[in-house]
Amino acid sequence: MKEVELNTTTINFGPQHPAAHGVLRLVVELEGEVVQRAEPHIGLLHRGTEKLIEYKTYLQAVPYFDRLDYVSPMCQEHAFALATENLLGINVPERAKYIRVIFAEITRILNHLLNIPAYAADIGAVTPFLWCFEEREKLLEFHEAVSGARFHAAYFRPGGVHQDMPEGMEEKLFDHFKTLPKFIDDLESLLTNNRILRQRSVDIGIISKSEAIEWGCSGPVLRSAGVAWDLRRSQPYDAYDQVDFEVPVGKKGDCFDRYLVRIEEMRQSISIINQCLNKIKPGPISIEDNKITPPKRNQMKKSMEALIHHFKLFTEGYRVPAGQVYSAVEAPKGEFGVYLVSDGSSKPYRCKIRAPGFAHLQTLDHLSKGHLMADLAAILGSLDIVFGEIDR
Amino acid sequence: MLKILNKINGINNVIENNNLFEIEFDKTNILNIFNQLKDNVDLNFNQLLDITAVDYPSREFRFDLIYILQSLTKNKKVILKTFIKENENIESITSIHRSADWYERECYDLFGIEFINHPDLRRIMTDYNFEGYPLRKDFPLTGHTEVRYDDLEKKVIYEPVKLTQEFRNFDSESPWEGMENKLFGDEKSTGEN
Repeated sequence: MKEVELNTTTINFGPQHPAAHGVLRLVVELEGEVVQRAEPHIGLLHRGTEKLIEYKTYLQAVPYFDRLDYVSPMCQEHAFALATENLLGINVPERAKYIRVIFAEITRILNHLLNIPAYAADIGAVTPFLWCFEEREKLLEFHEAVSGARFHAAYFRPGGVHQDMPEGMEEKLFDHFKTLPKFIDDLESLLTNNRILRQRSVDIGIISKSEAIEWGCSGPVLRSAGVAWDLRRSQPYDAYDQVDFEVPVGKKGDCFDRYLVRIEEMRQSISIINQCLNKIKPGPISIEDNKITPPKRNQMKKSMEALIHHFKLFTEGYRVPAGQVYSAVEAPKGEFGVYLVSDGSSKPYRCKIRAPGFAHLQTLDHLSKGHLMADLAAILGSLDIVFGEIDR
Repeated sequence: MLKILNKINGINNVIENNNLFEIEFDKTNILNIFNQLKDNVDLNFNQLLDITAVDYPSREFRFDLIYILQSLTKNKKVILKTFIKENENIESITSIHRSADWYERECYDLFGIEFINHPDLRRIMTDYNFEGYPLRKDFPLTGHTEVRYDDLEKKVIYEPVKLTQEFRNFDSESPWEGMENKLFGDEKSTGEN
């Protein structure tokens, strides 16, 4: 047998490292400066969300979804709301559908406005980070206006949304999204043709079409590889079949393509929001069945029945017919799915959360093989990893 | 599509529901089924979305093992279900779907289901040296151990969980509806009176 001398260094990357995007521990095997193997150790942020949900009513489970991918909270509530509605067999009113689409798209912009500058910061650009945070703050004010919370909104609930948008909100949104395209142009002028950004991201971490499918990638990572797949288009939910938008795809599937896809998605999101704002009409924002959505406060002052409903909803919750369902939404990071099993009681029997980042992080070893150590940070940044959803 | 699915050996029960198929299959044929689902041009379920399990402690076949696949070309999803006993294991599908690696590890970690021929079956979500399978129904919500930093020993230590208040799980079901044990004489009331 031939003897082979291994000349590799093994280092620990994280769990506390600014480029690890949270608490990722990577055991990296290096030969010189070239990555031979990168093995992610995850679970440092495991909070047992799925177990906790089994002990909560369907309504109480909603806030857990905000805390999964804490960068894009509303999209995840969306998946849970759709799954529950599917089991209950209910259809939400038109206005609620539009409001959900508007806020899901705002969330998408919020997510990309964090990921793009964080990625840029990973590879050396600091300015966009501060710029985007200012812009994010303005969008978070819309979150706050409808739900009272900037991040942990608990706004999309089974049966509709929690409350209607405040008066004048539509005009404000409309005005704001007139100015945002200009900001995205400015952001692009800082980054897209920047020499350093191109050197650090073109041809780095290439994933091919077939590999992307094979590894279960979705969202911008899959699209950057050239697969025009978007759940909003192929399996439309809520009001997505009412709006017109384009699905940007990349050519190579490298870090730079992923960046470009995200920039274009923000533009498409703005267009979707504008279309929704034109189409949205006044009306109810949640189904008017007090067995599922709580009665209005003024009703409760007058009607005994409303008071009983309120009490029952917030103690026992509503019963959901037995069955199983998988529903998925196109979250900013990819396909976010909820597999829900009900046994007919008021608490989910099992709630499995399919997080897009989990599949993406799994490809890291494959993507980083043969790249330099410094590129590892770039690849990680371009995959858009958030540990809240991966570790659950 | 329904016809082709029904023809595959080992598939028992196919239900079509919008663009979602629900299938029950026999676990001995697992590799053959997944190969066919992936390679058959008319099915082309080439993306594995998730693997998970559901625990039913009272059943003989304790776990429902769930596989969710997606076909990007046909725009369909399929939920495959099989039943396994507590100490039974199942063939890994990592040779067919590479992404199954972490999903199976997660399943092993949280439910204790072992996958044969998995390249690297280790725990993934829980702490290093963790014991027990958290998503089983008989695992308490509060867990068995808790960690804290000990100032005297200058390190993080593990201790059994101490609850200052006993864990409360309210049963909000009405006593008339939620009663399981039938009372003596109940059988008389179900008949036609």
